[in-house]
Amino acid sequence: MAWLKKLVGAVIVLGGAGAVAGWALSAPVRLDAATLVQLSPGDAARGKRIFYAGGCASCHARPGSKGDARLQLAGGLELKTPFGTFVPPNISQDQKDGIGAWSEDDFANAMLKGVSPSGENFYPAFPYASYARMKPSDIADLYAFMKTLPAVAGKAPGHKLSFPFNIRRGIGLWKRLNLSPEPVIALPDGAPAKVLAGRYLVEGPGHCGECHTPRDFAGGVKKAEWLAGAVAAQGKGVVPNITPGGNAIKSWSESDIANYLETGFTPDFDSVGGAMVEVQQNMAQLTADDRAAIAAYLKAVPPHPNGYPARKPSN
Amino acid sequence: MRKLVLAVSMIAVAGSAAFADPIQDRQALMKERGKLAGQLSKVVKGEEDFDAAAVLTTLKALRANAEKFDAEKLFPAGSDKGDTTAAPKIWEDMAGFKAAEDKFLANTKEAVASPPGDVDGLKAQLNTLGGDCGACHQSYRIKKG
Repeated sequence: MAWLKKLVGAVIVLGGAGAVAGWALSAPVRLDAATLVQLSPGDAARGKRIFYAGGCASCHARPGSKGDARLQLAGGLELKTPFGTFVPPNISQDQKDGIGAWSEDDFANAMLKGVSPSGENFYPAFPYASYARMKPSDIADLYAFMKTLPAVAGKAPGHKLSFPFNIRRGIGLWKRLNLSPEPVIALPDGAPAKVLAGRYLVEGPGHCGECHTPRDFAGGVKKAEWLAGAVAAQGKGVVPNITPGGNAIKSWSESDIANYLETGFTPDFDSVGGAMVEVQQNMAQLTADDRAAIAAYLKAVPPHPNGYPARKPSN
Repeated sequence: MRKLVLAVSMIAVAGSAAFADPIQDRQALMKERGKLAGQLSKVVKGEEDFDAAAVLTTLKALRANAEKFDAEKLFPAGSDKGDTTAAPKIWEDMAGFKAAEDKFLANTKEAVASPPGDVDGLKAQLNTLGGDCGACHQSYRIKKG
């Protein structure tokens, strides 16, 4: 936990040296008017695809629910991380307990800037650092689809975080380092449309990098090790390296990757496991073209060695 | 030298069926299961023609494989250590683990009882069986580096 001490130290130093500057720099930043006008009226049918690409239900559905019940976004799952326990809130259409009263602008500010309607910072366990790369038109479509989902009463319990992570204002500083609408991987001019489409899905709504990329001491994704795999944020074990530099999917063809995302079977007929099970179920809801695009992008990203320590012989 | 003798005798023990290593046993069973699922997947993907008799043989082999799965014997206490990706949750929630396996067994029985007549039918069955694989691996297996 040396990093934790370092972080606490850093926070204290920052606090002493520049409380005023810190206060200014940590202010939640909302979307500018130029982005907001791009929120054309959304289309719920198109938004359904974004809903599954974004994996919203994986965290916000009531824990353990199956089938249509997964569209009841009551929240309540517990994400136990080194920073504390995060509890995804109710994002159903309930006016009081959910987000039924949110305007489209409120929704876009949450998704793209991590700011709540009352102007507070959301914790980046809500992967807006990835969603920030999404097109405003997709946000509008998603908003329209969410409007078709049921209202579910009941607030989820709050997060259980210790100091300094319990100070939401501090996330404003984190955002200055980690929040950008720019793509992570710069692709060459004339890159195939398929790879560009895959980049959008993986880096934006799919938020694959949130689990598959190692993080720095402050919990920011290390973009220099993009998709290199990481120690799992929850529980034991690792999240595989999915760059061409790792063994997990290096030998897989693009169609192997697409088939895995559709069926959950690896080319050697192992099956999907862990947190990826729900992700795969979401990916199965996308179009074949979407899955092929994701596969093409994963073949185009720079190779990296594994972003997690080697396995000890016996543990 | 003593180490060598020890190693040889350990290999001998590991090789005898009565004292087989449960980790190796369960991995072999899972590998076989994957291979059988793979045979069905080839047909679904159109890499092989649909042959009802061959498909039924494979489904029966899957059922036999599922029947051989004895959670108590294959996952005895202490076998969470070693070269395994079994999640600690197996031993924390043995009942849930067994229920997940029982579901797979029930689904293989059902598949054998009403074998598919065409590729679409097989696809639906493989979806169900593959879903069982994923459902169990979701909670009871962890990835290691």
